[in-house]
Amino acid sequence: MTSAFSNPLPLTKTLLTALALALPLSLLAGQVWISPFSPPVPNATAILMELRLPRAMLALTLGAGLGAAGAAMQGYLRNPLADPGLFGIAPAAALGAVLSFYTGYEAQAFTLPLFALIGGGGAMGLLALIAGRAGGIALFTLAGMMIASLAGALTSLAISLSPNPFALSEIVTWLMGALADRGWQEVRLAAPLTLAGLVLLWRAAPALDALALGESAARSLGVDPTRLLWLMICAIGLIVGSGVAVAGMIGFVGLMVPHMIRPFTDQRPSSTLIPSALAGALLLLIADCLCRLLPLQGGELRLGIALSLAGAPFFLRLLLKMRRELA
Amino acid sequence: MLEALRITIPHRLHDVTAQLRAGRVTAICGPNGAGKSTLLSALAGLIVPASGTVTLCGQPLAELSPQDRARRIGYLPQSGEVAWNLSVRTLVGLGRLPHRTSAAENAAIVSEAMASLDLTAFADRPINTLSGGERARAMLARVLATQPDWILADEPLAALDLSHQRSLAGRFRSLAEQRKGVVLVVHDLALAMNHADHVIVLDHGRVAAQGKPEEALSEAVIAQVWKLQSRWLGEPGHRAIAI
Repeated sequence: MTSAFSNPLPLTKTLLTALALALPLSLLAGQVWISPFSPPVPNATAILMELRLPRAMLALTLGAGLGAAGAAMQGYLRNPLADPGLFGIAPAAALGAVLSFYTGYEAQAFTLPLFALIGGGGAMGLLALIAGRAGGIALFTLAGMMIASLAGALTSLAISLSPNPFALSEIVTWLMGALADRGWQEVRLAAPLTLAGLVLLWRAAPALDALALGESAARSLGVDPTRLLWLMICAIGLIVGSGVAVAGMIGFVGLMVPHMIRPFTDQRPSSTLIPSALAGALLLLIADCLCRLLPLQGGELRLGIALSLAGAPFFLRLLLKMRRELA
Repeated sequence: MLEALRITIPHRLHDVTAQLRAGRVTAICGPNGAGKSTLLSALAGLIVPASGTVTLCGQPLAELSPQDRARRIGYLPQSGEVAWNLSVRTLVGLGRLPHRTSAAENAAIVSEAMASLDLTAFADRPINTLSGGERARAMLARVLATQPDWILADEPLAALDLSHQRSLAGRFRSLAEQRKGVVLVVHDLALAMNHADHVIVLDHGRVAAQGKPEEALSEAVIAQVWKLQSRWLGEPGHRAIAI
């Protein structure tokens, strides 16, 4: 053996191969099937380049971000039930977006994501203020939960005081989370921010490994808790904030994916980061594809709903497994 | 030398001065709440004193970078918690985090650390499947993999049976013979008496006694600090305490 740690390359290669196979298939699948072996479909190039490719790119971007963010959050909180949503950034970004509907500003192209990013950024600032320099992980988590609860309450208030039924319907539909009708504009917004977040998570990875031994042991190994806290706030903020800004609320990816990946790694948070990003991208790509294909009256199934439907039983199974282990 | 110079940490330590030398085993003893773990954390640079300084070879710890400090002082906390079910090899490998050495070099040092504590056979076992004694050795191997000059351990012998206590105490002795500084928080006074070269007794955050075990753990000191009448039995190196 040439390293103290297991080699993550085979898993990474497998996931990359699966993505390489899934991506072209996802481009062909939809209400209009485009097959290279069938008669040409009218407007096939436009469907591929303007509808399906940006949608697939967005699925890959958001999935990768949420998968890696989930792995990092579970490492940071040393809790397999942790999720990027625990920081309260997603509900705060959603509140920002809802306010853009409420005020009618969403009609202009960039205002909805801008409002969402401001909401997410506000949550990041608030977290940093509350947790402060000396705040421990427990205080930080509680602050995140408080922000999530406050943002949720204000979102409900905005819905209940909605100026007209059209805005109400827009808000509720948007909150469900989806990739339908998204284009290159959304990719251009989310991709660089998510990539920046992923780079920050990679920089935090050794500290997350050390944290597996507890806070004091991690500090004795040279981890600066304040630097780690800021890296986590910025990384999760960029990934989750930009995700919510372009696609609404998409939950459970960050919770489920690291669990699926962890048994195939040596369990260090850093060794789950890249595979979780790849598996998250794969999961969102497949889930979005299935949403497109499901025959449903009244439009396609919203991606956020589909993932919640799949995620809730997964979460329950996880809880039962943990209960058995604790018994 | 690792030295605490008149350090005060509000409500926990008051004006504590202690000189710790490399090449010997120092035990920190005292009743519950005496400030033993706090002193160990301060010596490890994990708590910054409100007043006074901790120096390593004359240099204040606060002036060292976290990585430099981590390479020179290894710290083993009392809890021994590990968040994930890592293998022993992976756990010990975490001790290499402060170093920027090649994967091959790290692997060799990790193997050596495991071998020094008879853990080679368990290298690929998940940590949650180990017994208490095996787990305690794995945690210590993680500290040894850092190759620090100083090893500070908070109650490393607690919760071990007699045989494992003796075995691990022997490991600490051999580390001191390799010119490492070894500092242990120890509750068991007989262990401190038999295995330490130097003992610091704390009481209510102050140094009640320090020096050679026979002096620092004299029956008079035990009566004053622990409020117990006691008597040491046996020969030096094989002492037992009768209460």
